[in-house]
Amino acid sequence: MKLTKTFCTVLAVVGLIGFSNLSYAAGEAEELPDMSWEFEGPFGHYDKAALQRGLQVYRNVCSACHSLKRVRFRNLEALGYDESQIKAIAAEYTVTDGPNDEGEMFDRPARPSDAFPSPYANDKQAAYANNGAIPPDLSLITKARAGGATYTAALLHGYEDPPAEWAEKNQLLPGQYYNKYMAGHVIAMPPPLAEGQVAYEDGTETTVEQYSRDVAHFLNWAAEPELEERKRMGVKVFLFLLAFAGIMFAVKKRVWSDIKGK
Amino acid sequence: MASGPREKFDNNVIEWVDSRLPIFTMLQKEYGVFPTPKNFNYFWNFGAILMIMLGIMIITGITLAMHYTANANLAFDSVERIMRDVNYGWLLRYIHANGASFFFIAVYIHIFRGLYYGSYKQPRELLWMFGVTIFLLMMATAFMGYVLPWGQMSFWGAQVITSFFSAIPLVGEEITVWLRGGFSIDNATLTRFFALHYLMPFVIAAVVALHVWALHVTGSNNPLGIDVKTKQDTLPFNPYYTIKDSFGVLVFMLFYVGFVFFAPNVLGHADNYIPANPLVTPAHIVPEWYFLPFYAILRAFTFGVNLPILIGLAITAFAMKPFFSNKTKEEINLKTVGITFAIAGIFFLIGYFSQYQLESGETMILGGSFISAAFIDAKLCGVLAMFGSIAILFVLPFMDKHPVRSARFRPWFRIATLLLVLDFFVLMVCGAKPAEGFWVPLSQVAMLYYMGYFIIGIPFLSKFEPVLDLPDSIHQAVTQGKTKKSVKKKA
Repeated sequence: MKLTKTFCTVLAVVGLIGFSNLSYAAGEAEELPDMSWEFEGPFGHYDKAALQRGLQVYRNVCSACHSLKRVRFRNLEALGYDESQIKAIAAEYTVTDGPNDEGEMFDRPARPSDAFPSPYANDKQAAYANNGAIPPDLSLITKARAGGATYTAALLHGYEDPPAEWAEKNQLLPGQYYNKYMAGHVIAMPPPLAEGQVAYEDGTETTVEQYSRDVAHFLNWAAEPELEERKRMGVKVFLFLLAFAGIMFAVKKRVWSDIKGK
Repeated sequence: MASGPREKFDNNVIEWVDSRLPIFTMLQKEYGVFPTPKNFNYFWNFGAILMIMLGIMIITGITLAMHYTANANLAFDSVERIMRDVNYGWLLRYIHANGASFFFIAVYIHIFRGLYYGSYKQPRELLWMFGVTIFLLMMATAFMGYVLPWGQMSFWGAQVITSFFSAIPLVGEEITVWLRGGFSIDNATLTRFFALHYLMPFVIAAVVALHVWALHVTGSNNPLGIDVKTKQDTLPFNPYYTIKDSFGVLVFMLFYVGFVFFAPNVLGHADNYIPANPLVTPAHIVPEWYFLPFYAILRAFTFGVNLPILIGLAITAFAMKPFFSNKTKEEINLKTVGITFAIAGIFFLIGYFSQYQLESGETMILGGSFISAAFIDAKLCGVLAMFGSIAILFVLPFMDKHPVRSARFRPWFRIATLLLVLDFFVLMVCGAKPAEGFWVPLSQVAMLYYMGYFIIGIPFLSKFEPVLDLPDSIHQAVTQGKTKKSVKKKA
């Protein structure tokens, strides 16, 4: 027993050392700030007001360079918009459709079944317009970065002047910016947000931090639209299995009760 | 299987079928009254858990395949369509993706159980070898499955793993091209991996059938590792173990659904949500967590086999020779063995450090590149060691000649085996870290222990570990509470 105990302790220590810091960190980057999100935890859910504000920030700022090609206008129902509002939002965008009966491609206003159109015709154009760095599609960005929404929000307000110590050894080229949360600190995206840049209608403060939080919240929804349903179902499945296991344990006790020595 | 005289069933339909194909007689014999040792602990649940996992993986896998598109330009998008637009597609995919991890968690515990309680020993050698075969097939299946979403880690993981084969001398490049279906990882690689990923689970199911068949010939081992002697030692499988397995499976499922619903991407790598891009290499290419220990063994070889190491290996083989012979422990002079090992160790150290000199370009102490240069390079050594670390499990039953099965009655073996588990976790951590600094020597030491456990430890313990008195029977041990070592040394 003593050996088993020692063994378990050592194992736990190795586990803690190893997995508390299973970072595959590429280059130095500052530790992410501690942020809490409404959608975290087993009962997590999205905040519809934050999602709507985040959509506003995306549409006014991010969408100038970043596509959101896996999200369709009809999905915006989850943000609390009704059908006519979604139609109105979609109609503000133009998509290319076709070919028509005459064999011509044509432009038309977007419909709820369309995805958000991309700002660039193709990757080459995107690279050419952005100093060779292609702005990534944002549909999956919170899943595609370690740290998820926290990383996304932190990055957006993580711009600062390079510290002197860093600047001694490194140099920012034109089109490069210093960001304390970016791996290696060098990022090609110019600081995207400025105070008061997007006018919120619900009286929420219009700071860079607030914009970052809201748009990260929105992008988390874009990446995991199923999150609320998943967690709701998970709680039910878990409770069902727990009860089932409890019953099985009782049955097992009963069945085994006549076995000597057990 | 179950031909010959059989008992009649009361139900007419069952009787009609059974008299033509005695499937119910077989079920009754193999799962109804099948005599099962009555002292199983919860480690014995994992066979049933693995059966369920295989079923879950096949069912969710087939359903996913209905919506997935195996094409380099479409695969990533089709997976995202499954996640967003297929009804409960996200559920299917998360069950399948996390299912792979939990399949491996269960199989590692199952293998540990077999090792710790000596289930690989006579008469269950073949049963064990089928098990190792299943493990190998699982690894191949899991690797190919991870490629299918065609994210960055899929692509670059496939790049790294297929390039292992290029380490084979002379024909390595050709084999790699043949495996990939082209000169690089591309559409041809994806389509063949999809075809094989779909095929392999059914091959696994077939080997599982053999595994279970072999199990039902010898009967199960048990925590005491002693043979079943009388009927008193056993219980009918149903209801005792059907109930106990059901409980065990449900508890396992609680952990599983915890990940599926609340942390579905924790066990994966964020980079795999970036579509594959042959032009951008991820900063760290890391395999799935369940491959990390073997990946660490691969990368532990920053050195190859050069002349001193070859001599060291030859001396080791010479030192180990008596342990594989029929000599009794009195006939083996441990002092001589010890000295021989020490000499081998010196050669290993010379061989190891002389290669670092070669790399750093400093002057050699030891006669220059003729001695230092590795003729089996580090890459090939790593690949051989990685495959060897699994292959060695195949021959384990024939290396361990100790008459006692269970570690409960083998105090030395017990410590060595628990250390192996610890070692496995250390390797896992090393595999996740970049191969630099402190992690390199740590993984080398951990790799040495893994290899040493099997190649030196097991044969040594076979000869030298004292044989303790075992309980007379399972029944006696259970009723008298003598399930732990109660034991005086045999005179």
